Amino acid sequence: MSRIQSTFATLKQQGKTALIPYITAGDPHPKHTVNLMHTLVKHGADMIELGVPFSDPMADGPVIQRASERALVHKVGLTAVLDMVKTFRQTDQKTPIILMGYANPIEAIGATVFADRAKAADVDGIITVDYPPEECGGFVKELRARDIDPVFLLSPTTEPKRVEIIVNQASGFVYYVSLKGVTGAANLNIEEVSERVASIRKQTNLPVGVGFGIRDAATAKATAAIADAVVVGSRMVQTIEASNDDNLLDNVATLMTELKTAVDAAKK
Amino acid sequence: MQLYDMPDARGHFGQYGGTFVAETLVEALEELRVMYEKYRHDPEFLAEYHYDLKHFVGRPSPIYHAKRLSDKVGGAQIYLKREDLNHTGAHKINNTIGQALLAKRMGKPRVIAETGAGQHGVATATIAARLGLECVVYMGSEDVKRQAPNVFRMKLLGATVVPVESGSKTLKDALNEAMRDWVTNVHNTFYIIGTVAGPHPYPMMVRDFQAVIGDEAKVQMMEMVGHQPDAVVACVGGGSNAMGIFYPYIDVPNVRLIGVEAAGHGIETGMHAAPLTANSPVGVLHGNRTYLMQDADGQIIETHSVSAGLDYPGVGPEHAWLKDIKRAEYVAITDDEAMAAFHNLCRTEGIIPALESSHALAYAEKLAKTMSKDQIILVNLSGRGDKDINTVAKLANITL
Repeated sequence: MSRIQSTFATLKQQGKTALIPYITAGDPHPKHTVNLMHTLVKHGADMIELGVPFSDPMADGPVIQRASERALVHKVGLTAVLDMVKTFRQTDQKTPIILMGYANPIEAIGATVFADRAKAADVDGIITVDYPPEECGGFVKELRARDIDPVFLLSPTTEPKRVEIIVNQASGFVYYVSLKGVTGAANLNIEEVSERVASIRKQTNLPVGVGFGIRDAATAKATAAIADAVVVGSRMVQTIEASNDDNLLDNVATLMTELKTAVDAAKK
Repeated sequence: MQLYDMPDARGHFGQYGGTFVAETLVEALEELRVMYEKYRHDPEFLAEYHYDLKHFVGRPSPIYHAKRLSDKVGGAQIYLKREDLNHTGAHKINNTIGQALLAKRMGKPRVIAETGAGQHGVATATIAARLGLECVVYMGSEDVKRQAPNVFRMKLLGATVVPVESGSKTLKDALNEAMRDWVTNVHNTFYIIGTVAGPHPYPMMVRDFQAVIGDEAKVQMMEMVGHQPDAVVACVGGGSNAMGIFYPYIDVPNVRLIGVEAAGHGIETGMHAAPLTANSPVGVLHGNRTYLMQDADGQIIETHSVSAGLDYPGVGPEHAWLKDIKRAEYVAITDDEAMAAFHNLCRTEGIIPALESSHALAYAEKLAKTMSKDQIILVNLSGRGDKDINTVAKLANITL
């Protein structure tokens, strides 16, 4: 059983929903990333989604694009991100790490080499935003051969027929993108999300994570009641953006505590 | 008989092309794919498209024998396919009409576009005005500065121009931003992509709408000289005008197809926009797999060209395929060489070419010298150069 799978199993026994914060590796500066990861875990992260900076993050809104740009100033690419995970693993062998990024940095080093390096760094899952299942069969095989979970996105416009194709490729969990649009966009319609999650559950036993549009304790709590995992991205990155070197870890800890309390208070 | 049969059903040209997009876009592309399949051979749709090409654009565009230029250069005869004479001054309108008519049939009241030099933005704003569609054009803020007259044209035509401040503030960033708009507003919005790039079905669809260039040229050359040209030369940024004139010639033997990329300051300086000529690594950007200018980390690098319309780090996937199967050749022309060809055509023929097209002209001049007087080079003169006068004046230290 992969680290992601066993984490979900444990939480399920406890009747809890996973809290998964997203940060972009190298933002605001590469020297902070590993410390930030430990802070996230200390204050309630069950898993971490670590963004791989990319020059052209088409599916992200301005907040996460700026995070990528801040990281790219320091030339933080896929190799540097894998090194950060290795460093993190020296003191944390328990928390699953899911890399989230775009196809081109992976294509640049090749699927097999990437899968080997991700395994060596002890990465648990990979979300590749612009690799739909039809285009990445070989890549998925490489990951699964190494017990790395390929995590796929489902959107409000994904038809049930496609959900079937996607859940057959995915492992670990599936990630329901709760909004049409890019990361950090407008409001969350919780009834709509609830219906969609229920319908996805009819097609798969995989845990269902929900992200995009979760901005505060209230939305986190409402989402936690219906999902197996709550992913908080843009709000986390905004907090990082608004901080300085001195208060960065404290500000992130405060936000995490608020979100964790909300997620744990959700009635399942 | 058309032997060449690309792309496959999922938009692949060999390993190139495809549909590399976020899940949020998959349904929208599927809807577009189905609708385009429905209408691409529909007689009524095609009649409406060709009616507008004739009466609104002024097609067919003529082919012109540039005799004085040919004499001056020496060697092969240079003929020009005059896309610069189209309404709005470039080939871009051929494609925007096709896509806008499709948008109308799909019941989408709003169209969006990305633009580099502004020609595609103007062509989109033009057809949107003609059909009564709302129009939003994304343009890198660097390009907004470089191409102010086109920005004004779009505004006159009722379009909203959104300057894009992210990334390198050029065409690729405008494309990113337009994609984001589309993901968010897909229920009422049609994204009119201006080149043969993007996810399937765009590279195929844009090629099909631009193929009118090559279809006409094949007929016109027979009428004018009784045979096809020895070589067809066109500039390549994303590659839509080149694909448009190449495509009908792919199955015609003994016609060389030559795509001319922007070498900027020179391929060896790294400051260029010529992924095919430089043999850049293959990668994924903007929904398709193709040759792509990037660093070792797979980050897209900034491109350099005097011509905003060629300033793009990737290239249409079908060009990547044609390069690999050796049906087309790809070469590059520097900023300086393009400028010289620009002035040459102005002075010898009384035609002000776009800086993009000047790259094709510059290579045609080089090639002509190696060929005999009875041979023919057909250059796709993809656009007129009025939009570039500020750039040219600045480079020549002339105050307007």
